Amino acid sequence: MSGVVIIGAGHAGSQLAVSLRAEGYAGAVTLIDASDALPYHKPPLSKTFLKDPAALPQPLRAASAYKAAGVTRLTGTVTAIDTAAQTVTLHGAALDYDHLVLATGARNRMLPDLAGAANVHSLRDLADAERLRAALADAAHVVVIGGGFIGLESAAALAAMGKTVTVLESAPRVLARVAAPETSARVEATLAGLGVTIRTGFSAGGFTRQGDRIHAVQGAQDTVPCDLLLVGIGAQADTALARAAGIACNQGILTDSHLATSAPHVWAIGDVAETPHWQADAPLRVESVQNATDQARHLARHLAGAAPAAFCTVPWFWSDIGPLKLQIAGLALGADRRVLRDDGARLAVFHLAGDRLVSVETLNSPADHMIARQLLDAGLTPPDAFMQDGAPAMKAWLAQA
Amino acid sequence: MPTITFVEPDGTRRDVAAHPGESLMAAATRANVAGIIAECGGSAMCATCHCYLVAGTLPEAEPLEAETLEFVARNTRATSRLSCQITVTDTMEGLVLQVAPQ
Ligand SMILES: Cc1cc2nc3c(=O)[nH]c(=O)nc-3n(C[C@H](O)[C@H](O)[C@H](O)COP(=O)(O)OP(=O)(O)OC[C@H]3O[C@@H](n4cnc5c(N)ncnc54)[C@H](O)[C@@H]3O)c2cc1C
Ligand code: FES
Repeated sequence: MSGVVIIGAGHAGSQLAVSLRAEGYAGAVTLIDASDALPYHKPPLSKTFLKDPAALPQPLRAASAYKAAGVTRLTGTVTAIDTAAQTVTLHGAALDYDHLVLATGARNRMLPDLAGAANVHSLRDLADAERLRAALADAAHVVVIGGGFIGLESAAALAAMGKTVTVLESAPRVLARVAAPETSARVEATLAGLGVTIRTGFSAGGFTRQGDRIHAVQGAQDTVPCDLLLVGIGAQADTALARAAGIACNQGILTDSHLATSAPHVWAIGDVAETPHWQADAPLRVESVQNATDQARHLARHLAGAAPAAFCTVPWFWSDIGPLKLQIAGLALGADRRVLRDDGARLAVFHLAGDRLVSVETLNSPADHMIARQLLDAGLTPPDAFMQDGAPAMKAWLAQA
Repeated sequence: MPTITFVEPDGTRRDVAAHPGESLMAAATRANVAGIIAECGGSAMCATCHCYLVAGTLPEAEPLEAETLEFVARNTRATSRLSCQITVTDTMEGLVLQVAPQ
């Protein structure tokens, strides 16, 4: 078969498959995934999907889009890579490649104490979401472990369904690693308004188990009862396949700035890739739709014949937490100063490293987010007064900059 | 099931049978309309579902949609809409939208 073989048909792999053709690649394109589902959007799984029992997965693109691009979709788990022979093993048979792209994504972390419990859930793929949605029918009190994006989005959705929801977070505030304190505070207050109980500084010390069910989470002072437990404590790149093939890995599969791994003709994109980041000055694994699709398009151009270039885009991300739309542009790494604008309904937090704008976080303020992306793309920092004034002022400043 | 016409960037007209309740973007994606990329899946984040209204009427844009469009860099016009933010209704029969260039 040869040509380009892509392992993983998530946001990254699916985009690469169709972009290769759009960029003029003439060889075979084979897209392999463990699931036979038409590749779908992951973000709705923790937002709208849980609330509507009739909701269907939302395809990334129509089945006809793969056919039109001459992409062969295969179902199955790739079990081995032979980088010397340039083959992968699928259903026990060898499949040749000219180029192999690892787009295998990430898996949720699980607490070892909870393994195998029937009422413990996590959210990564459609099967997880369907299992959770079905189990919710018999659950009144849901405990969410982890105050990160997926945990908080799910908490808001579950509260809207009338569930009693408690979020347990070991850090002093939710979103502690990814957002400013002002953002965390607004998110906590909004969730509280929806009836969600948020317990920060709560370390789960143990679990009360009866048979195959968890009935309570034990903290230092008290015990929180639950019918259902949703664990959202982050994800880990699935590097097992790459490691076994001798491909260099750290947290993720290590790549250079062109997305090439340590093995010839093997590339990695999306959640699984740990790639030098222009804003971090270090290799970084980024979990976002934008990163996955932009890396896919970048690699497609190169595999279709464009000269190699460093991957370098302004990262952006969103999270819908009940009535809050959180939007983040850029990375706040190394930031030492914040400029704020808060009118009660909307919040904009500008992160600066010295006098350079590096990231902007907004709540319900899409105008600020859109301008932030353009500012970061241009490498421009407006004076503080313009950021405090508002998006129209920044737009006017950008137009004359 | 109203029929919506999408004019693709190269001028091709595509008639799509849309389901009431879905977004115009979802209908276009299902039919593989060229130029509707819908990268963010309908979260009003990417503007890759941007269209111009050519014929028919639509409800006013909500603030999220209006603001996102106003501050998106390129190619906005008075008739610009984010197709992911518009829910299909039976009264949309005959609507014509032109896919905006990226
Ligand atoms: C519930 C949820 C909500 C999210 N919300 C947002 C959001 O609001 N905004 C945002 O920007 N990002 C969000 N994300 C993150 C975003 O979905 C990921 O960054 C994105 O899916 C990464 O794409 P990917 O292609 O790298 O990996 P994935 O989409 O995870 O795809 C990897 C694929 O590889 C397949 N695979 C793995 N190993 C093998 C193998 N050996 N053989 C065959 N197939 C294999 C898997 O089956 C899977 O389909 C969310 C993620 C989740 C889980
Ligand atoms: S699909 Fe992204 S803005 Fe409409």
